[in-house]
Amino acid sequence: MAINPPSNRLWWKEPIHSVELGWIIVAFLWGLFMFFFMIAWHFIGDQNLSNETYRVTPSAYEDKVAAFAEEYQKKDANGEPVEEDGVPVVVPPEGGDVYLLARLWEFWPILELKKGVAYRFHLSSADWQHGFSLQPTNINITVHPGYEHVFKLTPTSSGVFGIVCNEYCGIGHHTMTGRIRVVE
Amino acid sequence: MASIDTGAIPSAGVEAKFRICRFTGLRVEANAEALIKVNAVTAVIFLLLGGLMGLGVALTRWPAVQLLPAEWFYLVLTGHGANVLLFWIIFFEVAVLYFAGAILLGSRLATPKLAWLAWVLMVVGAVMANYSVLRGDSSVMFTSYPPMMASHWFYLSLIIFAVGALLAVIIFFATLVVAKAERTYDGSVPLVTFGAITAAIIAVFTLASGAIILIPTWLWSIGLISGIDSLMYKVVWWGMGHSSQQINVSAHVAIWYAIAAMVVGAKPLSEKVSRTAFLMYILFLQLASAHHLLAEPGMSSTWKIVNTSYMMYLAVLGSLIHGLTVPGAIEAAQRRNGFNRGWFEWLTKAPWGHPAFSGMFLSLVMFGFIGGISGVVLGTEQLNVLMHNTLYVPGHFHGTVVAGTTLAFMAVCYLLVPLMFGRDIIWPTLAKWQPYLFGFGAGGISLFMMGAGTLGVARRHWDISLTDAAHAYEFPAAAYLMMGLNGLAAILAALGGAIFIIVIVGTILAGPKLSGPNAKLTFPLHDASRQAVSEYGSERHPKLHGTVVLVTIFFVAFALYYFVNWKYLSELWLFN
Repeated sequence: MAINPPSNRLWWKEPIHSVELGWIIVAFLWGLFMFFFMIAWHFIGDQNLSNETYRVTPSAYEDKVAAFAEEYQKKDANGEPVEEDGVPVVVPPEGGDVYLLARLWEFWPILELKKGVAYRFHLSSADWQHGFSLQPTNINITVHPGYEHVFKLTPTSSGVFGIVCNEYCGIGHHTMTGRIRVVE
Repeated sequence: MASIDTGAIPSAGVEAKFRICRFTGLRVEANAEALIKVNAVTAVIFLLLGGLMGLGVALTRWPAVQLLPAEWFYLVLTGHGANVLLFWIIFFEVAVLYFAGAILLGSRLATPKLAWLAWVLMVVGAVMANYSVLRGDSSVMFTSYPPMMASHWFYLSLIIFAVGALLAVIIFFATLVVAKAERTYDGSVPLVTFGAITAAIIAVFTLASGAIILIPTWLWSIGLISGIDSLMYKVVWWGMGHSSQQINVSAHVAIWYAIAAMVVGAKPLSEKVSRTAFLMYILFLQLASAHHLLAEPGMSSTWKIVNTSYMMYLAVLGSLIHGLTVPGAIEAAQRRNGFNRGWFEWLTKAPWGHPAFSGMFLSLVMFGFIGGISGVVLGTEQLNVLMHNTLYVPGHFHGTVVAGTTLAFMAVCYLLVPLMFGRDIIWPTLAKWQPYLFGFGAGGISLFMMGAGTLGVARRHWDISLTDAAHAYEFPAAAYLMMGLNGLAAILAALGGAIFIIVIVGTILAGPKLSGPNAKLTFPLHDASRQAVSEYGSERHPKLHGTVVLVTIFFVAFALYYFVNWKYLSELWLFN
């Protein structure tokens, strides 16, 4: 019994039940499959989170994002800069670098991307940890202060997408959102 | 040298009072019994506190109710995590360690005075943590990620609690040494004790990780260190945070074996296989930290893959093995008990009205199907991006820690409380229903949170409607439905939890005394739990048809769900 010492002192010499042995083999092979499938997806899949990361001071990153927003802010028919909810709308160059800043409590600025174009996305935080949760596509990436995360991102659908912060960041956490527009 | 035999004679000055349990025949030492009681009762008090907080959280996240204001919600959520995930579980685990060490081996508890000190330290830490959270300046969540800073009392309280817990683990190891030296048992330790040793070894690693990260963080909070790197913190903190959940797994698997043995007389199918499965936990479960860093910058894919798979899923293999050997042992025992017709009579005629058994079996099934499968999917390098930090994550760990561990701990109380306190369960009808209420409530919480997370709803978030947000975003109506169902399931679980506490406290204070020579337990132990078993491995070649069918269903569900998630992933925006 499980609550008594094994009465057969040489318990490790007992044979293994065939059902047990069969399941061990199946479970072991399934584990190996799942392990190698993660590696395989790096070759056959298009969704592998990049590990390209640079150390950056939060203030230096804020400056980069501000310069990026100023350079590429969208202009309307009269040449006036476009804003939405008081935040600049930025149209980065196709296939170029995109900078997004997470800070208490917003994702800044609003981005307008083109469907099917691969962008080089830069993501970092000005203060605490935040969570980049792109909805409704449901892509979730953690944002750290001091680390500039660079990954490629190709929108495959158009429309208005919300960014919801999903790493707890204090009392205003539930007000922290952002927006990405994807045009055809 | 040969004449020196310290083992046979207890060393001078050591006096131990033993009684023989009438129901199990176990030798029960007075100090061990007192410390098991006090740790278990303390655990239940924190379960009550943390459970109430959990109900507050669930009712706040129910959009139609939204019970608490935002500030209180984050405060209560922090307290909920600390009270149930740390204090309820670890106090109870200390009781389990003392039981598996001293009682099952028929030994005295080593250094009972230090064991009381360990308890005092843990109580001081737990009370201090609640104080610092309720003050309102430590609503940093259970994980307390820097650079967000809690009050220094918060970090100090966790350190004090961890020191107490580590002391208790050391006393457990010392008890093993005492039992061996005083020859209180013959041969190898029982399987349940072996499982408890696994839990204790993992606990040392876990508590050490906690000390390594929380001590500098505490120094940072009082201004002696200028900064804590947020990524490094996460790597080391999760060496405690996730590994501590592996203590739970080892402990509740050990309890599954114990309950199966005590209620239906089950013996492990093969000692060798079950013990090897526990050993795999020790060797591979420590790599768990990576599960929380799959969506992070700065860690390489190689590191993520090796660690998140516990080195090629070898620790998952351990759990998969227990997933067959536990029901297999029950089937073999039940067939020996005479329920031998067809493939499933052993299961249909199982003691479903015995709360220890029903709680244990529900825990086994839900831990596997809900907590286990979702855990592997969530912990797959690429799939994690689909649900990282969404409600899917709490959905997963309520499947493991609530439906799995907590339900198993509740179930074993129905056996141990009458034996330890000498009082029979006071309201048997309530007790019979309790595991079902709590189990289905906990299972519902897990599934509905996983559903909401699949729809993108964030965890630790006060307002799904994003009313005051910088930019509006509307979640689908199905997400609101999931949150409402989650609230209902939480009410069910809270009801089950309340009944558990009422029945256990009622039994301890006023249950019918089991003092007469003919006193009988309402929820009896199996006859075979007294008799010596001539051989392990129930029968030479037990038929296990039912178990094979159950395990096949599990495996098919696992594989289907795994591939469905890869399909979801392949439809995401491209990011490589």
